[in-house]
Amino acid sequence: MSQQTPAPATRPTRRKVELDPRLAAYKGVWVFVEHERGVAHQVSFELLGEGRKLADALGVELAGVVMGAPGEATRRFCAEAFHYGADLCYLVEDPILADYRNEAYTRGLTDLVNAFQPEILLLGATTLGRDLAGSVATTLQTGLTADCTELNIDPENRSLAATRPTFGGSLLCTIQTLNYRPQMATVRPRVMTLPEPDTDRSGRIVEHPLGLVETDIVTKVLEFIPDQNRDQAQLAYADIIVAGGRGLKRPENFQLIWDLARVLGAEVGASRPVTQAGWVSADRQVGQTGKTVRPKLYIAAGISGAVQHRVGMEASDVIIAINEDPAAPIFDFATYGIVGNAMQILPALTEAFRQHLATARKAG
Amino acid sequence: MHSVVCLKQVPDSSQIRVHPVTNTIMRQGVPAIINPYDLYALEAALALKDRYGGRVTALCMGPPQAEAALRKALSFGADEAILVTDRAFAGSDTLATSFALASAIRQIQRDMPVDIVFTGKQTIDGDTAQVGPGIAKRLDLQLLTYVAKIDDIDLDRREIVVQRRAEGGVQLLMTRLPALVTVLEGINEMRFADLDDMFRAARYPLKVWNREQAGIEDVAKIGLKGSPTVVAKVFAPQAKRERAELIETHSGAPGDLAATLLAKLFTRFPHVQAQVQRQAL
Amino acid sequence: MSEKFDVIVVGAGPAGNAAAFTLASGGMKVLQIERGESPGSKNVQGAILYSDALEKIIPDFRDDAPLERHIIEQRMWVLSDDAYVGSTYRSAAFDQPPYNRYTIIRAQFDKWFSGKVQEAGALLICETTVSGLAMDGERVAGVHTDRGGTVYADLVILADGVNSLLANRAGFHPELKPRDVALAVKEIHFLPEPTIESRFNVQPDQGVVIEMAGNITQGMVGTGFLYTNRESLTIGVGCLLSDFKTRGVAPYRMLEDMKKHPSIAPLIDGGEMKEYCAHLIPEGGYKAVPQVYGDGWLLVGDAAMLVNSVHREGSNLAMTSGRLAAETALELAGAGKAMTARNLAAYRTRLENSFVLKDLKKYQRLPQVFDHNHQFFTDYPELLNGAAHTLLTVDGVDKKTKEKQVRKSFVRRRSPFGLMGDAFKLWRAFE
Repeated sequence: MSQQTPAPATRPTRRKVELDPRLAAYKGVWVFVEHERGVAHQVSFELLGEGRKLADALGVELAGVVMGAPGEATRRFCAEAFHYGADLCYLVEDPILADYRNEAYTRGLTDLVNAFQPEILLLGATTLGRDLAGSVATTLQTGLTADCTELNIDPENRSLAATRPTFGGSLLCTIQTLNYRPQMATVRPRVMTLPEPDTDRSGRIVEHPLGLVETDIVTKVLEFIPDQNRDQAQLAYADIIVAGGRGLKRPENFQLIWDLARVLGAEVGASRPVTQAGWVSADRQVGQTGKTVRPKLYIAAGISGAVQHRVGMEASDVIIAINEDPAAPIFDFATYGIVGNAMQILPALTEAFRQHLATARKAG
Repeated sequence: MHSVVCLKQVPDSSQIRVHPVTNTIMRQGVPAIINPYDLYALEAALALKDRYGGRVTALCMGPPQAEAALRKALSFGADEAILVTDRAFAGSDTLATSFALASAIRQIQRDMPVDIVFTGKQTIDGDTAQVGPGIAKRLDLQLLTYVAKIDDIDLDRREIVVQRRAEGGVQLLMTRLPALVTVLEGINEMRFADLDDMFRAARYPLKVWNREQAGIEDVAKIGLKGSPTVVAKVFAPQAKRERAELIETHSGAPGDLAATLLAKLFTRFPHVQAQVQRQAL
Repeated sequence: MSEKFDVIVVGAGPAGNAAAFTLASGGMKVLQIERGESPGSKNVQGAILYSDALEKIIPDFRDDAPLERHIIEQRMWVLSDDAYVGSTYRSAAFDQPPYNRYTIIRAQFDKWFSGKVQEAGALLICETTVSGLAMDGERVAGVHTDRGGTVYADLVILADGVNSLLANRAGFHPELKPRDVALAVKEIHFLPEPTIESRFNVQPDQGVVIEMAGNITQGMVGTGFLYTNRESLTIGVGCLLSDFKTRGVAPYRMLEDMKKHPSIAPLIDGGEMKEYCAHLIPEGGYKAVPQVYGDGWLLVGDAAMLVNSVHREGSNLAMTSGRLAAETALELAGAGKAMTARNLAAYRTRLENSFVLKDLKKYQRLPQVFDHNHQFFTDYPELLNGAAHTLLTVDGVDKKTKEKQVRKSFVRRRSPFGLMGDAFKLWRAFE
C-alpha cells in the first residue's frame, strides 16, 4: 500500500506486467487457516469463500494452509477447509508450532510458499495475521495489501485486484502486485461473507515438514493468559448490535444502550468519539479503525453516521438509526430512522421489545 | 540501552471535517500530526530510558515538513532526531518503506548499537501494520507485535519479556535482544513537555539524511521502483443503500414510535424477528 | 526556569510574523509562541495578499513565497435575488510586475512566512498557549504558558487574533461586542486551471476578485466574496455577529443560498468542495480600536481590531502594524530606552501616521451607519437592480417613462426624505 498519498483520481497508474517467467509459473490460491486453542478462526472460512471465487476465475486450485502442533485439531481444520471450498490442504505439523511465534510460522510459511509456489496468498487481518503477513511478505520481497474489502481477478492480466479504503475511507483504491509473487492480501473478519459449508466435500492433504528445531527459535512462550473478562466484546460475530454515539450527550446515558442490549441479548458497540472519551472500552468501537460488523440488526443511537463509522457497519442486514438531527448522514443509508431524542426513544424501544418477547414467550 | 523509535507524520484524520450541508469529507488544509499510535511507542521507549538509562533516537522518513514531528519527539525527551528525506522515496509502499528505514537504522547502529526498535501498532492513514514486521525481518530483529507491556529487560543476558495481545488472551513472550516492538494503543500516557523541553526541541540541530546518508545505494529498492504494490485506480464508493424510511406517528410519542417501528420491522424482516426471539429467549 | 528574551511575540499569524521577523532581523532575541500545531493552523482568511505591506518586510518575497494568482481584475457586485448590478475594474497595469495583489492559500503562506521568521533567528514554539501575562506591578514582564514556567521579556507583543483573550483578561480592551465583529464562512472549491481561466477570462497566473453585497446577506450587514486561486476558488460570506444573533440564520446556510444565485452558480459549477471554515473578523472600525500600548506591551493585528472592513483589508494592516510595532521597539532598544508606555506611545503615533489608522479613521462612521441602516443591504440592492432591469430592457416603453418609473420606485420605497437622508449618511460615512 502506498505510504505516500496516491495521485488524484484522474491519474491512475497502470503499469505493464513484466512478470519474470519463473514467477509466472506460480499457480494456485492459498488461504492461511488461522486457529487458536483448538478452534479455527472464522475469518479463514470467509477467505476460503472468496478464495474459491478467485480460484474458479483463474481456473486453478484453492488450498488451505494449516500449521500447528500434531494432533486431531490440525486434521479437523483441514476437514473444515475442505467443507468451505478448498481442493487441498498443505499441512505443516510440528510441536514447535504449538503456540504462535512469529519466527517459526514465518519460516514455515515462506518455506511452504517457496516449495509450492502459489500465485495468491490470503490471510485474515487479525493480530496473528498481520504479524505473520508482514514478515512473510518482506521475506519473500513481494507485495502485500492490507484490510481489503474486495478481491477480484483482473481479466486483462490475471492479476489480483485488491480494493481497500483510502483517504480516511472516503475513497476506495484498487491495488495490484503485478510483478511479484505471491500476491498477498489480508482481509478483516466479517468483511467477506461466510459461505455455506458443504460437509460432504473433501480433498487431499499435502504434508510438509517444518524443518526447524526448537533451538532455532529464539522467542519462547512463557505463558498464555486467556481473557478472564467476560465483558470482552464479541462484536465481530454478533448478530444483533446496539450502538451508541456522541448524540447520547452524557456517559450516564450510555446505560440506555446497555439496557436495550440486555433485553435483546445483543452486543454493545460504540462510535469512536465515545470510546475515546472512555464511555466504553475501545474494543467496542465499530468503524474504520475499530471493528467491522455485519449483524442481522444494528441499532444506532446518537450516531451521526459519518464515513469512518459507516464503513464498519453498513453491511448489516437491517439498520435502525435514532438521531435528533434529520440531516444526519446515517439516515442516508439506514433501513429505518427515527428523528428524535435517543434518551426517550431508547427506553421506549426497550420496553416495546420486552413486551414483544414476553408475548412471544407465552405463545411459545 | 539504545532505542530507536520510528515515527510517521500523517494527516490528522480526526480533523477531517464533514461539510454540514453536503456531508462530503474535506481533507484539504488538514494539518499533519505524528501518527497517534507512534506516540505510545515513543512513550514506551522513554519509559524504558527512565528505568534503564540510555538513549532514545527518533527516526522519521518523510517530506521536509516531517521535521515538526521530530521536534515534537525531542520535546518529549528523545535524545536524537533523524529525518530521512529524499524525493526518491516518493511512491513507496510498505516494502520500500521498510527497506529505507532498515537502512537508516543500520547507519544509526554504526555509531551506537541498537537494542530495541519501537514502532506504533499501525498508522491512521495506511493502517497496514506492515512496516514494523518488515524492518524486523530486514535487520534480523526478533519481532514482538501488539505489545501491551514490557515486563522486564535483562541487559546482561540480553533478554526481554513482554505481554503480547493475541486472539482470546495474552501471550507472555521471552526473546533475545535486539528486538522490534510494535506497541498497542492506550497502554501508556504521553508525558508532558515543559517549556525547557520546548526550547531544547526548537533549538536542536536534528540530522537530515538523504538516501545516500541513510546508507541506501540500491535505488531500485525504494520509491515507486521498490514497491511491488501499485495503485491501479482510486474511485469513489458507490452508494449501496437507499435513504431510511422515517418512522413517524400522529402523536410522536416515543411509545407509539417504538411500536410502529417494531411492527414494520418484524413484518418486513421476519428473519430479524426470528433472530431477536432466538437470542433473547 | 526563567530564560529571558528581548521580545515575546504571542501568535504566528501575519501580524505576529511581521513583528517577529522584523525584530529578529534587527538582531533582537525573539521568542514566538503559537497555540496551534503550526503557524497559521488556527488562522483563516479569504486569502488576498497585499504586496505593499509584505514588500516593506521581505522585499524579495516573490522569490519563494507560495502565491496563487496575481489579481488583474476587480468586480464589485450589488446583488438582488436573481440579478446584480456591478462595476468592474480590469487593468493592464495590474498585469505588469511587480504585482500589487495576489490570492494566497493561508495554510501554505503562513508556513512559508514562519520559515522566514525562524531563518531570521527567532525561536518558535507551537502547541503552547499563553495562559496569562506576568506582571511586575503594572508592567508586563513576561508571559505564563500552559507548559508551566514563566518566560520574561522586556516587551510582549500580543498578536493573538480577534479573540485576544489575553488582552481582554488583562483588561487592555473590553470584551468583543457582537456589533464589532463579523462571522465569516468560506469554502474552497477545486476547479482545473483551464476551467478557471476560461470562466474568468484570465491567462495562467492571472486572477480575479469579486466583492459582493446585497441579497446574499439576507438583509443583514455583510459582504460576500469570490477569489480565484491557482486551481481553486474561494467563496465566502460574512455578516455582523449581532445580525446573525437577531436573525438566527445559520452562516453556512447563507453561503449555501449564495452559491445558488444565478450569477454565482455558473462560476462555481463543477467544482469539488474541499475545505470549509468559519472565523471572526473585527468590524468595529476606528472606534473599536482599543488601547494598543502600555508598560511592556503592544497590540497588533486583529487583536488590535485593525481591519478595514469597507475595503476588506486586514492582513496588510496586520503586517504593517506588526512591522511598526517592531520598528518602535528596535528604535527604543537602539537608543537604550525602556519599554514604558510613554516610550511605546510612539507605536500609536506610527499607526496614526500610516494608512492603517488613517483609513480606519476615514471610515469610522461606516460600521455604525450600516448597522443602523439595513436598507443599504436590502432596499438599495433591489432598487438598483430593478432600475437597471427597467432601463436596460427594450420593450417598447419610451425612455422618459422608464426613468420616471425608476425614480418612482426609489421614492416609493425610501420616501424623498429617506433618499436624501441615505445620501447624506453615505456621504458622511465615506468622507
